[in-house]
Amino acid sequence: MTALALSNFTLVTCLGAGRAATLAALRAGRSGLAPCRFDALPLDAYTGEVTGLATHELAGEWAKFDCRNNRIAAQALALDGFAASVAAAKARYGATRIGVFVGTSTSGILQTETAYRERDAAGWLPSGFDYAHTHNTYSLGRFVRGYLGLSGPAFAVSTACAATSKVFASAARMIAAGLCDAAIVGGVDTLCATTLFGFHALGVMAAGPCRPFDAARNGISIGEAAGFALIERPGPRLDPETVLLLGIGESSDAYHMSSPHPEGAGAARAMELALADAGLAPEEIDYINLHGTATLAGDAAEDCAIASLFGGAVPCSSSKGFTGHTLGASGIVGAVVGGLALQHGFMPGSPHTGRVDPEFRSNYLLEGRPAHINRVLSNTFGFGGVNCSLVLGRAA
Amino acid sequence: MMHAYVEGVGLYGPGLDGWARSAPVLAESENYALGPDILPASTLLPANERRRAPKMVKLALAVGAEAFASARRDPAGIAVVFASSGGDGETIHDILDTLASPQRELSPTKFHNSVHNAAAGYWGIATGSTAATTSLCCHDDSFAAGLLEVMAQITATGQPVALVAYDVPYPPPLSAARPIGAVFGTGLVLSPVATPASFAHVPVRPPRPLQGSRRCGNPRRRRAACRCWRRSRKAWRRR
Repeated sequence: MTALALSNFTLVTCLGAGRAATLAALRAGRSGLAPCRFDALPLDAYTGEVTGLATHELAGEWAKFDCRNNRIAAQALALDGFAASVAAAKARYGATRIGVFVGTSTSGILQTETAYRERDAAGWLPSGFDYAHTHNTYSLGRFVRGYLGLSGPAFAVSTACAATSKVFASAARMIAAGLCDAAIVGGVDTLCATTLFGFHALGVMAAGPCRPFDAARNGISIGEAAGFALIERPGPRLDPETVLLLGIGESSDAYHMSSPHPEGAGAARAMELALADAGLAPEEIDYINLHGTATLAGDAAEDCAIASLFGGAVPCSSSKGFTGHTLGASGIVGAVVGGLALQHGFMPGSPHTGRVDPEFRSNYLLEGRPAHINRVLSNTFGFGGVNCSLVLGRAA
Repeated sequence: MMHAYVEGVGLYGPGLDGWARSAPVLAESENYALGPDILPASTLLPANERRRAPKMVKLALAVGAEAFASARRDPAGIAVVFASSGGDGETIHDILDTLASPQRELSPTKFHNSVHNAAAGYWGIATGSTAATTSLCCHDDSFAAGLLEVMAQITATGQPVALVAYDVPYPPPLSAARPIGAVFGTGLVLSPVATPASFAHVPVRPPRPLQGSRRCGNPRRRRAACRCWRRSRKAWRRR
């Protein structure tokens, strides 16, 4: 692909709000996971909860969009000068030439969970319930597009845990096809009973904080996140620290709805395609941000895929021990972690992981360390056997 | 200008049972008659997956399979864009109903069936295709958004791409908040070039960049320039 610039990006997770807070936690190896307090749900689990959302109520013309998912989206859009970057892009290209391609898996379903508990005697939902602006998958896209005053092409991608990586692919194609000049990509997933009890039912929730790639890993910790990037063709004078999107690889497992291919064949294919798209050999990747959710099968499959392509050469780690598995938002979390690593010269470690599974062959980093890196690969894999890998790089 | 050529169509809706039988009805050479809502049985899925798959997945697979069969193409290796305005309503209702009950014990199968990309997952299992799929949503504009994504993919890759768009009515009480009239699904296999199988042309003109805006920098003039560009290039030159 022709490289695109991430002109600005921002992130909110349990590590904090914005790039600086995220960077500080990643560098310090400080996890944001804590025992689940969300909605007083009776679950013996850790979560990566974003605090303070109760006070970020959406008001005025945005009140109809008010739900946890859109609140955290609004919070993220207000950080790191992101809205100003979008306004500048709007002045350059016009609002109709900026697309919005955002990912989410559960959108504002938390709103409907509450509405179901408040059904009347005849079983109907409360009168104020607004499906289209909260629960619907496109609620996030409609909100972000309206909030930023954009009118280019827009949709929500909902491919489970690979959603916010796949949006980079859609946006890059839209720009290449001339349908827009720039795009807002990223997305949001927030805590809700559907995913907390759903993963609990699958038996893949860790009792303590998740331990990616650990010999004693026993499942995921669910987190929440909102992250966005503005992508466009790079201008003639690029700051050397500008993060570039260099390649994207997408594949399907065609194997099982909720279990990965045991040898990670689909994962390896996505990584191969991303490298080919970027025109890079495996040895030109300096760091890999793994999907690494800390399930037994998922980590083993990803290790297999990494070893088949990179052997044990390339340092890699999962950031799930920091943020938890932010589900549909994990693609943008991976992209932002990768972007910060490129800009600030470090490779993050893996809090809570004590001893790497001795069966694994990849070069897994337990501790973070400073390192000048030029190319990062970031992986996401999801339900339905959907795989997506991104290659990011420094402009110079 | 972006171009695509329709090679195959799949269709299912009330009184519209398959493309071959529905085409004369849609062309009004035969009368429309509302038929019973009986989804065609998908032969693609193995028996155990067929039992687990929700109605919406069966609908998507049926129209997708019909589109590929009428295009005489093997689905393996061809990218598919899945578009719907939400996940499977019955599955989501069951989950929400359970979560509102004291037990809150979800079925693992229902949980994985609730994802928006469930149809794409089952499609891969059924066809063995490891090609990329995308599953997207744009509420009532999901079909149009899906077609735009397909056009962008065809333009960017030069390869054929299929679109499968579908929605299934929600059960109460969700049906009151999100009314969907009927079960409806359609599949299209689109090629970047005309082929012996293709019978229709889809031209798409991307909106022009607002070149006028850079000259005047005035947002009000910019809007005028946009309308002007749309009207004709000649009119713009006269300005």
